[in-house]
Amino acid sequence: RGVPYQTVTLIHQSMVKRLPEHVQVDDPAVVKRLAKKLERQQIPLRSDYGYKVSLFSHLHQYSRKAPLTQLLSIPSTVIHPSIVRLGLQYSQGIVAGSNARSVALLHAFKQVIRDYTTPPNEELSRDLVNKLKPYISFLNQCRPLSASMGNAIKYIKKEISNIPSQCKEEEAKTKLLTCIDRYIEEKIVLAAKAISKYAIEKISDGDVILVYGYSSLVNNILCEAFEKSRKFRVIVVDSRPRLEGREALRRLVQRGISCTYVLISALSYILPEVSKVFLGAHALLANGYVMSRVGTSQIALVARTYNVPVLVCCETYKFCERVQTDSFVSNELDDPDDLMVTRKGKTQLENWQDVSSLGLLNLVYDVTPPDFVDLVITDLGMIPCTSVPVVLRVKNLDQ
Amino acid sequence: MELQAVLMAAGGGSRMMDLTYNTPKPLLPVGNKPLIWYPLNLLERVGFEEVIVITTKEVQKMISTDPKVKLDVKMKLDLVCIQEDADMGTADALRHIQQKVKTDVLVVSCDLITDAALHEVVDLFRAHNATLSMLMSKAHEFTETVPGQKGKKKTGEQRDFVGVDGTGKRLLFMANEADLDEGVVIRKSIMRKHPRMHIKTGLVDAHLYCLKKSVVDFLADNKSISSIRGELVPYLVRKQFSKSTNSPKVIDETHQNLKKNDSNVNLEIQISSRDEELLHLTQERSCWNDHRGDMSDAYHGGRLRCYVHIMDEGICYRVNTLAAYIEANRLAPKLFDEPAVHPSAVVSERCLIGADSIIGASCQISDKTSIKRSTIGVSTTVREKVKVTNSIIMHGVTIEEGCNIQGSVICSNAVIGRGADIKYCLVGSAQRIEPDALPFETLLRPPCLRSTLTPTSTHRSTHTQCLFKQLNRNNTCLC
Repeated sequence: RGVPYQTVTLIHQSMVKRLPEHVQVDDPAVVKRLAKKLERQQIPLRSDYGYKVSLFSHLHQYSRKAPLTQLLSIPSTVIHPSIVRLGLQYSQGIVAGSNARSVALLHAFKQVIRDYTTPPNEELSRDLVNKLKPYISFLNQCRPLSASMGNAIKYIKKEISNIPSQCKEEEAKTKLLTCIDRYIEEKIVLAAKAISKYAIEKISDGDVILVYGYSSLVNNILCEAFEKSRKFRVIVVDSRPRLEGREALRRLVQRGISCTYVLISALSYILPEVSKVFLGAHALLANGYVMSRVGTSQIALVARTYNVPVLVCCETYKFCERVQTDSFVSNELDDPDDLMVTRKGKTQLENWQDVSSLGLLNLVYDVTPPDFVDLVITDLGMIPCTSVPVVLRVKNLDQ
Repeated sequence: MELQAVLMAAGGGSRMMDLTYNTPKPLLPVGNKPLIWYPLNLLERVGFEEVIVITTKEVQKMISTDPKVKLDVKMKLDLVCIQEDADMGTADALRHIQQKVKTDVLVVSCDLITDAALHEVVDLFRAHNATLSMLMSKAHEFTETVPGQKGKKKTGEQRDFVGVDGTGKRLLFMANEADLDEGVVIRKSIMRKHPRMHIKTGLVDAHLYCLKKSVVDFLADNKSISSIRGELVPYLVRKQFSKSTNSPKVIDETHQNLKKNDSNVNLEIQISSRDEELLHLTQERSCWNDHRGDMSDAYHGGRLRCYVHIMDEGICYRVNTLAAYIEANRLAPKLFDEPAVHPSAVVSERCLIGADSIIGASCQISDKTSIKRSTIGVSTTVREKVKVTNSIIMHGVTIEEGCNIQGSVICSNAVIGRGADIKYCLVGSAQRIEPDALPFETLLRPPCLRSTLTPTSTHRSTHTQCLFKQLNRNNTCLC
């Protein structure tokens, strides 16, 4: 914003990277290219399911009942078994949440690196990166990669390519494994500790804190604050169909924090009681927008109306170079059958596919504009939302 | 490598001795293919390239020499032979091949005929990092009359009680009626963790198990477990809820006492994997829980988990009784699409062959025969004016003119004399039926070699083919 930012872009024009193509499922040429790429990598193509609402027809929509593994051979030879397990856990939602997915991904990569042997006449630095590409396509088919996973993959690829060619295989592998461990330790575990330290300063006794859904970071902050004997109570806001707030509620109550639980429809009723709102983020975009679970922008909007401060907690490894101002252009469509509910033995939407004018939409993410966010707490400190591009620039210079 | 397939083909077929006294169970013809072909075909279809087959020397000899037994599978078969009278259970067999087992195993029984989607079972095993994952199916009533049984036979089968949780996937309880004295006893600790349990009977256990490698290693240390289905599976299901598996403190102590040969604790050491802290971190940060309503973490913090996939529809049979064998012959043709009449069979034009009959290779079917809902084996000769309905004719049988065979099973190399009228009978291997005989609901098989026994001789050594392995008080054979 303003002159300094523009000069930055002029200097770095030669280093402009092409960002990966947006998902365009309704463009047959792009779909064909994707199918060819998957065929080359011997990964089966997962087919879309059900009628898609026209505004989101450019995104994939998969059904959980049709996992990608039914098209793979059972002792999977093309894809490493730990990657198949990871893909299954992603598509079934057993590993959910930005941090959990990144840690699980790095754990699986550690197994892959352990079991890897360099073929003759090949260099580890080039061959291992090529080996990882089909695995990443596979995981992308199971569930679209998150921004944090994308950054982790970028880091790993860079570390692998930087291995000197005279390095022996065992040494290279140990080096990579320690790099992964260090990445997780620094960017996730220690970052969480740093963020808690800053955030606890913002929590005073007698506060009523509102959280939305389940964010591992926000839960961590609240538990740490409770350990440091701050007196506060929490209101957990939850939304269908995921109902992740139940898990957040369980973990907070297990620690002894007094909580209230409402659905998002009761938000404006409960907001007058609230003193602060803590939100987690899936990614922070380069223009300062916050990408998070669908419903977060609503919470931020209503909180702004009631003049309640909104604090977003996010580690720096989730900062993304993408720019988005709306939730349509890039999002994720979850299984539409999740919206069906069975009450008293009856499922009203059971035959929704037969009704031609009916479409079920199960969005996963939405973006919150920086005007609604008062503060972003990161491991580098507490910054306003508009300073996110500065952090990105500093990170790029470091690398 | 992710999974190794192990096929158990050493079983005796003790519940259908009428068929298996001459032909070993894995080579019984079902739909003109040996029984062992079906699980091998299943494994090949899903993508296995190698199978370890545990079998007896007799079966191995027949597979390599007998031209009628053609196993046209492209996979590499690693045949491991065990002694026939070693009386090895399935778990003993797994212990026997422990050196060959390098990763998790998929154990299949040779008598399983199914079209189940195996990925359902294996996905449960993978996604939940389970120790055991198995396949079960809703049992279907057998509709065909079983030959040789006078009237309805009382089902002396003992029921199996299977308890699953609300999702129908997690296996909580498994017991056989034979082991329960008065009633089903369920521990309070299980009810506290899973307040809603569905107990099902009437399920067929397909004897298809995905087991972690640590279980095979555990079997090597615990030689008392001899059968997978009878002892290992109930043990693992019970162990899910035992206190030692759930408290992390015990794991630390046992890492120090690694030399101790405590069987109870060995399994827990073996389950823990490398990078345990990363997995723990993932589970901590993930917002998934397999149950709700109480304060515990996912899986109640338990590290040993057993899962089951229950098929609602589809074919799933275990061919271990005569009734199952007949039912399988009816349904097996649906599993593979080969032509009903083998191209090398010589079938005369004036015979009536029903659409659901199968004619094997090199058969000779003469004029004016009628074959309905039946299976005719390889190299069988059927002469004129024969009526075969609802029957199973195995290999090398000769049926003379004018016979009428209904609802029967004729085993290999039998000869049916002319004009015989066979209804609901089982004719044993290489038997001769006299012309114009009228057997009805009988089992025709050879008597065992009668001989007088001395008080010191054992029954088994002299009566190897005896179907009644019991003696009465005078030490003479009951057959």
